[in-house]
Amino acid sequence: MNEIACNAAPAPAMRGPNDYKSDVKPVWCPGCGDFGVVNALAKAMAKMALEPKDVAVVSGIGCSSRIPAYMASYGFHGVHGRALAAGAGLKVARPDLTVIVTGGDGDGYSIGGNHFLHACRRNVDMTYIVMDNRVYGMTKGQPSPTTEPDWDSKLSPDGTGLREFQPLVIALTSGANFIARGFTGDPNGLAEIIERAVRHPGFSFVEVLSPCVTFRPEQKEWKKVVKADALKPTADMTRAARRLLRDTGFELGVLYAGERPPYAPRGPRARRPPSELEARFAL
Amino acid sequence: MQHSQDPGAGQSARSVSVVLAGSGGAGVMTAGNMLLEAAAHAGYCALMTRSSGPQIRGGEAAALLRIACEPIECMEDRFLVLAAVDWENVQRFNAEIPLGRSSLIVADPDQGEPPDVFLQSGAARASLPLKKIAKSVPEGRANMVLLGALAALLGLPDDAVARAVERTLGKRPAALSPSLAAVAAGRAAAAEFAARFPLAPPPVTRGPRWLLTGNEAAGYGAIKGGVRFVAAYPITPATELLEWMAPALAQVGGTLLQAEDELASINMAIGGSYGGVPSLTATSGPGLSLMVEALGLAVAAEIPLVVVDVMRVGPSTGIPTKSEQGDLNIAVHGLHGDAPHLVLAPNSVADCLGTTQWAVQLAEALQAPAIVLSDQFLGQARAVVDRPAELAAGPRRVTAAAGAPGYKRYAVTPDGVSPMAIPGTSGLAYTADGLEHAERGTPSSQASDHFAQLDKRRRKLTAHEYGPLWADVEGNPASDCAIVTFGSCTGPVREGLALAAADGIAARLISLRLLAPLPATRLLAALEGVKRVLVVEQNHTAQLYKYLRAECDLPGRVSSLHRPGALQFSPGEIRRHLAEWSRE
Repeated sequence: MNEIACNAAPAPAMRGPNDYKSDVKPVWCPGCGDFGVVNALAKAMAKMALEPKDVAVVSGIGCSSRIPAYMASYGFHGVHGRALAAGAGLKVARPDLTVIVTGGDGDGYSIGGNHFLHACRRNVDMTYIVMDNRVYGMTKGQPSPTTEPDWDSKLSPDGTGLREFQPLVIALTSGANFIARGFTGDPNGLAEIIERAVRHPGFSFVEVLSPCVTFRPEQKEWKKVVKADALKPTADMTRAARRLLRDTGFELGVLYAGERPPYAPRGPRARRPPSELEARFAL
Repeated sequence: MQHSQDPGAGQSARSVSVVLAGSGGAGVMTAGNMLLEAAAHAGYCALMTRSSGPQIRGGEAAALLRIACEPIECMEDRFLVLAAVDWENVQRFNAEIPLGRSSLIVADPDQGEPPDVFLQSGAARASLPLKKIAKSVPEGRANMVLLGALAALLGLPDDAVARAVERTLGKRPAALSPSLAAVAAGRAAAAEFAARFPLAPPPVTRGPRWLLTGNEAAGYGAIKGGVRFVAAYPITPATELLEWMAPALAQVGGTLLQAEDELASINMAIGGSYGGVPSLTATSGPGLSLMVEALGLAVAAEIPLVVVDVMRVGPSTGIPTKSEQGDLNIAVHGLHGDAPHLVLAPNSVADCLGTTQWAVQLAEALQAPAIVLSDQFLGQARAVVDRPAELAAGPRRVTAAAGAPGYKRYAVTPDGVSPMAIPGTSGLAYTADGLEHAERGTPSSQASDHFAQLDKRRRKLTAHEYGPLWADVEGNPASDCAIVTFGSCTGPVREGLALAAADGIAARLISLRLLAPLPATRLLAALEGVKRVLVVEQNHTAQLYKYLRAECDLPGRVSSLHRPGALQFSPGEIRRHLAEWSRE
């Protein structure tokens, strides 16, 4: 069957970024940083000429977790904090698919924190894009793990007093195979990082500074402080760790591109008829 | 062998129960497994459960066996033989090892007196210097001496025992001949009591039999049903199910992925199934509690999924190694919102196979999560059973073909089932969503979409024709009394009802395999003309009784027999209750 003809979709070489976006209108506030991630993701997918049918975008809950519906590929919008688990299950069950997991800082670093650690060390070949705006936006402005300790809010008046979660440090020490930081105000640079992340074998983590213009309007200033191409890729974990010691949180680029082979089931594998298992019960 | 009192036996029995007990490292489990297998080779059916102390490794242990001519699904009220290598802490198992005046305690006189709790039963005693006999055999071990003695007591033939020993020690040939010699020495030492409790001859013609646990049966049923992806987090008493599946899946082209917790394992399984691969996870009560949110996602996003809950005593950590039917409420009602899903319960070790296979078929066909309520007794009991009957191939997942025009993932259809697009299929991309959605799958907060999707998700389950597997309906159809039960209570209820025939009691017996959606019409038809109904279950609050009364108008006078777990119902306990019930 000629699937392209049935689909009436453009041939791969003809697809532009817009062909990777759906017609669903985002719920985001005007000026939200997450629009830039949709654009960069679509741009990266077009650059790689991925078949939308072979890509699954998987997410949890939060503003940024709405992304799957805005893409023209397959999507999965699950429960809060568990996107990495759903993505890992999908990729291990269907290794032929390109799996991209998206979400925010609350979804990924707080309720989903344990899955973040284990996704890094499990090293399943998928990409995790976290849109970090240092706030819970969907529930209208509560501090997240990356929020500054003195940020005043209704839920934590006068601030949480807690030190910020360090996503890149955690990712590096937990075993992520590719670690980068992008900025939604730089869609071309971000698209390039996403492309490298998707192409890199194993678990690729991309922290994206994505301002929340509604609850953190001061983040509009991020465009003035980010430093493009400040992080240079290395496969040396010690060098990457040293680089993080002087990280301000606004350096962009690829911090680490490791050489660990991606997760694969171990031991002998076969495709025998199930009835052969009955030998285990027979007397 | 010396004895203090003749127990007066020698008549052949169609069922005999024995216990092997001892401290950690004494090898009673190995000997128990060999005795179970020897009974199988001799042509019998058999059942073995195990009890052990709280220690992670070592500690006192007991292998509880029942050997019978016919298939059996529960333990008996009395053990005829309690055989101990030593007595260290064995009294802890007192409640699980009821003895009677006709029982025999076989013990090594060099290991001290048997505990009073056992002697109080009035059981006879037989002395057998197990360790001395073992020492007389090079490399001989007391547990093998005991195995030989028990084989002699039960009249099990030499070749059946030898075959069991050979199969077990096949990979350790050095241990084989000392073991066989120790077994022979035990048999010789017990010669005086050979065939003291002889088993009646097994049926002459008997088809193939299998030796397996309920957990293994459930694992195989899942694979037969089509499961090729499993996400696993260990928890007693479900771990062995997952451990059995790991190499089994690798053999049939499937994969098992170990998760970091139960929140991950169920979401991994949902991810795999979203990808088109029938998926499963297994857990017990504490894990099921963590999985409830994701079960709701599988309902809303219409993703097939099977969760086997091997129930243990709750709440909280409870008693992880003991059985209870206390998870019925959470399985049926635990999800938030209106979330129709499937709940099934196997009612024997062998039935764990067919019921789990059926659960996979139903989950796939109806694009809904199915919870299989097994329990610790069914899951961990090792049984020799007639080879289970083949389950007919069931309906499969309805998928959408590439390029289907105007594809709507959650299209409202007459039977509620909408063809599912599998990632990789051209032209059908959609987003599976736990948000309420319109037919296309796009998020919607419109009341009309909510009503339509709620209706379709319920209709899928209620409109399905489940066929005869919904329950095992047995007993006397002419009786105006009926017993309704489920799961591992079925064995003792079935046997207790048979015993009660001697008291002039007859009843219909309905063992529900499909618990949700409750097949109320079929249940009421099976109860047609009944004047009294007894609901039997193993939990503290009569969860099944309340559920049935809420869901349908049970006929006649309805009463409940419920008590919590740790100890299984026995046939005699059921018989005594039926006698009371008949006088009510």
